Amino acid sequence: MEKDKVPQDEGITAGISREVQYAVNKDGKYEKVLSKGWEPKNIVNELAWDDIQENIDIANEKIKSEKASPLLYFMEKSIMDVSLLANYVELPKWKVKKHLKPKGFKKLKQGQLENYAKIFDISVDYLLNYKPKN
Amino acid sequence: MKLDFEHIPAGHCENGVISSLLKYHGLNISEAMVFGIGSGYFFAYMPFVKLNGIPLASFRPVPGMIFAKAAKRMGIKMKKQSFRKQPKRAMDELDRVLEKKLPVGIQSGVFHLSYFPPAYRFHFNAHNLTVFGKEDNTYHISDPVMEYPTTLTYDELKKARFAKGPLSPNGKMYYPIEIPKEIDLKSAIRKGIKQTADWMLTIPVPLFGVKGIRYLSKRLRNWPNKLGTKRAAAYLAQLVRMLEEIGTGGAGFRFIYAAFLQEVAGVMEDDRYNEMSKEMTNIGDKWRNVSSKAAQICKGRSSDPDGYNTIANLMLEIADDEEKFFTDLKKLIK
Repeated sequence: MEKDKVPQDEGITAGISREVQYAVNKDGKYEKVLSKGWEPKNIVNELAWDDIQENIDIANEKIKSEKASPLLYFMEKSIMDVSLLANYVELPKWKVKKHLKPKGFKKLKQGQLENYAKIFDISVDYLLNYKPKN
Repeated sequence: MKLDFEHIPAGHCENGVISSLLKYHGLNISEAMVFGIGSGYFFAYMPFVKLNGIPLASFRPVPGMIFAKAAKRMGIKMKKQSFRKQPKRAMDELDRVLEKKLPVGIQSGVFHLSYFPPAYRFHFNAHNLTVFGKEDNTYHISDPVMEYPTTLTYDELKKARFAKGPLSPNGKMYYPIEIPKEIDLKSAIRKGIKQTADWMLTIPVPLFGVKGIRYLSKRLRNWPNKLGTKRAAAYLAQLVRMLEEIGTGGAGFRFIYAAFLQEVAGVMEDDRYNEMSKEMTNIGDKWRNVSSKAAQICKGRSSDPDGYNTIANLMLEIADDEEKFFTDLKKLIK
């Protein structure tokens, strides 16, 4: 790729950083050129985040219909799956699965609630009182 | 305390960190050189290894390998430490080394890096950065994929060093302790190139090297039929991200390798490497074309098999190019 063809399509990193792209200058030498972004990357990133948002929406629906506990929302929001969350909270997966259901969630003790809240960087109060918006 | 450390933005974190650590100790070795000597160029398609539920296509070997091989081939001794389940000890040890005026390389998760663009904060744990100072509760951070130096609080850094999930860093830290006065660059370069050529051409499993590219091409053709429009698009999107996401310098490291070959031409005093560099640039441009076409399909969420076939055909062409390229390059180092 030539230096003057390095794309500068502002997108996901706008205002935060530019990234290094290796490109050839007029003398045919490679240089590190800073790029604001590239449209194909913006497209695939949007796609990935659309999918994450969809999972969050599904979680909220399940919480509203009492098929899932608030933990599911925070898990999806943190882009975790059951096994990663289990890893963080240092519990077996089957236990986390239980806590993701309203029944299991209600039985959680203060200490366990604190563990979950800490992982999601929220207060126990916020976790207990989370209600999806309509 | 803040060390006099130069922040150098880089295409890829692992090579960027090692290159700037060496620079601090007075050794000028570019990121591209570390990448080439450490045999960073690769291809693997592993349907049984999944990332976000999608088979992994990788344009580099496993994390840590480039860096270990480059250090070994240049005769540089690194001190490496891990701290399983001992975050406090890991942070104390980091402070102790910083006190000795030594910048420290750190393996970290990405999810907890508050300075990262939100869109990049996935649970990826094989990121690398340099810590080059501490003031009160704040660490000075040089993250090669960021444009400017930055900072993290004690708690943020601790969380990032003990991120969980695949490839969890377990507080891993490293820094050079012995750098030879004379480095035999020519021999290190030859070893690096030879291994890359062997990996790309002769691994007897169809998942790796140019065989791996052909294998992926074959699978990709069937994605829209096998997976449906939406899932197939997600597969393509992940391929583009492996090729172009922050930390490859573009085209799945192919451009960094072309930059490496240009430097090799200088070291070896052999213009033929410049010609090889140009060929590698062409290969990189073809991979960029793959990304561009793939993203278009993702955008339209089109399941038109023609689109997938076009990409698959392009990949077959690239496989042939890379096969010829490394066959020729191997002859040059003899």
